[in-house]
Amino acid sequence: MSTSVPNSYRTGPDDTGLFGIYGGRFVAETLMPNILELEAAYAAALKDPSYAAEMEDFLEHYVGRPSPLYYAERLTEHLGGAKIYFKRDELNHTGAHKINNVMGQILLARRMGKTRIIAETGAGQHGVATATACARFGLECIVYMGATDVERQAPNVFRMKLLGAEVVPVTSGRSTLKDAMNEALRDWVSNVDNTFYCIGTVAGPHPYPAMVRDFQSVIGRETKEQMQAREGRLPDSLIAAIGGGSNAMGLFHPFLDDASVEIFGVEAAGRGVDTDEHAASITGGRPGVLHGNRTYLLMDEDGQIDEAHSISAGLDYPGIGPEHSWLNDTGRVSYISATDDEALEAFKLCCKLEGIIPALEPCHALAKVMEIAPEKPADHLMVMNMCGRGDKDIFTVAEHLGVKL
Amino acid sequence: MSSGTRIEARFADLKAQGRAAFVTFVTAGDPGYDTSLELLRALPGAGADIIELGMPFTDPMADGPAIQASSLRALNAGQNMIKTLQMVREFRTGDNDTPIVLMGYYNPIYIYGVDKFIADAKDAGVDGLIVVDLPPEEDHELCIPALEQGLNFIRLATPTTDDKRLPKVLTNTSGFVYYVSVTGITGSKAPDISQVNEAVSRIKRHTDLPVAVGFGVKTPEQASGIASGADGVVVGSALVNSIRESLDADDAATDSTVPNVLKLVSELAQGVRNTRGT
Repeated sequence: MSTSVPNSYRTGPDDTGLFGIYGGRFVAETLMPNILELEAAYAAALKDPSYAAEMEDFLEHYVGRPSPLYYAERLTEHLGGAKIYFKRDELNHTGAHKINNVMGQILLARRMGKTRIIAETGAGQHGVATATACARFGLECIVYMGATDVERQAPNVFRMKLLGAEVVPVTSGRSTLKDAMNEALRDWVSNVDNTFYCIGTVAGPHPYPAMVRDFQSVIGRETKEQMQAREGRLPDSLIAAIGGGSNAMGLFHPFLDDASVEIFGVEAAGRGVDTDEHAASITGGRPGVLHGNRTYLLMDEDGQIDEAHSISAGLDYPGIGPEHSWLNDTGRVSYISATDDEALEAFKLCCKLEGIIPALEPCHALAKVMEIAPEKPADHLMVMNMCGRGDKDIFTVAEHLGVKL
Repeated sequence: MSSGTRIEARFADLKAQGRAAFVTFVTAGDPGYDTSLELLRALPGAGADIIELGMPFTDPMADGPAIQASSLRALNAGQNMIKTLQMVREFRTGDNDTPIVLMGYYNPIYIYGVDKFIADAKDAGVDGLIVVDLPPEEDHELCIPALEQGLNFIRLATPTTDDKRLPKVLTNTSGFVYYVSVTGITGSKAPDISQVNEAVSRIKRHTDLPVAVGFGVKTPEQASGIASGADGVVVGSALVNSIRESLDADDAATDSTVPNVLKLVSELAQGVRNTRGT
């Protein structure tokens, strides 16, 4: 594994889609022409000012950007250390950061003349965001969702249907997010002509990891400007939760070359990384190849992919974006993990102290803020990405707290 | 690069006989090691000219429900890469002529270790590899090291592989070209014979390698139609379905498992053999 320090952490991937040894294009031949077409279309869009202008307009007026950078004063007082800010991406339209990426991809799909959009979803947030954008532009939308997730995320399934999407429960494999992604790839292989695959995270074959990162980087760019305006300087640390890793990559990427900024990615440790029920690919996995890219994966000694577990359906994936794998090996970002129980404690604290009901995903980051912030001085500026709101999770939380709704 | 593999010898021999090759796919270890080995050993006698042996994987993204299920059955019965190679080794004690092509996905090979895999596969008597998620863009991973060690690396060409991309797909391909007759997953809609024949001719304009056609071939009639234009016909999902239909409620083999599959293999082989090559 490459451990030499690069001149910049922001130049990847290379022409073949690699971040160090991670990433790549491990897909069936049927999909290669599509992947190459997408790569060319995205490169052309990046050079077209009208694409950027259209994106900016929708982000401002439809998504509601910029999202606030909020000083979490009572949490700061309670923890008694670093000054804690929340980047409020849960205030976006549809309630999470997912829409940033979806707008970028759907506007690109329109430029490419694609009329049929497919997506995979775990918790349903990416599915809802995709269904939303498809409704807005009158595009056919098919969302693949593990049958297990369809059951435990009923409100989001209903939202998607209201928005006109067809939700396809996936019963192949073990009926969760990774199987939904397999099924979406099978759909794409079968409908290459008119179909655009809108991937929800910084994973999959090149150019998805880089493209999704670019769309999500609006989070980090805004944070940089807002912190400059509020405090007149860079933050000292950033922290975000990681499933596939798109909200984290969006916050981190603009800061990767600011050496003074400490960066933490928080994986889901489920019932503990020493058990076989977790979703911490870097902490508890090793490099392998799945869903079009080489990256850290949870698997057995024969290379068969393991099921992930997390209280948060959005983190319940046995892999992680390839750029995170590279940032781990180079040492630029520290990857740590939080358990289900730690996330639940953070959830309760955030509701009580800040009047914000957070999604269970950012609660994993918040759990580590609770550990790290007290060790830092009062002038340490820490930014946590509040990447989703918790309405979707109240049933799960109630169940864990033993409350009947 | 790899002259004289069993695959090349078999295609040359069949060409001399004026007929296409019948290529059968089964998943190693489905529904269990012993039944699977028994089936493997009986396939040539029932008419299989070349055997594709699936290396089971939890996440076969290009395969349809039939082959996904067969992969899971094999894994549930304890199949792994070591046992798959062992199965080939045991097959070779009784058959030194029928080519064996291992087919699957990259991760189990990557985790086994590429160099060790190539050495062990060759040693076991494997002749070629088909790795679905390794397009030419990733040739340095496995294709080139495998070719250097004398294994054939068989590539899939698809209806989306246009004349511009074909040369890239054909570079470093050896043994034969596997033409996927539909854009889709294994076991899906039936191929249109005239379109397939047209595509086979198109590929043949770019290469001297034999072209075998698969995906969606289920009946002797379809097999015969495809054999009229192609150098080989691949049948997979239909055989795997025949295995599934013969199992008991716990997915275990019954007395009818091996005979049922072999009967279907014989019928399909007749379809291929009754065709005049073009």
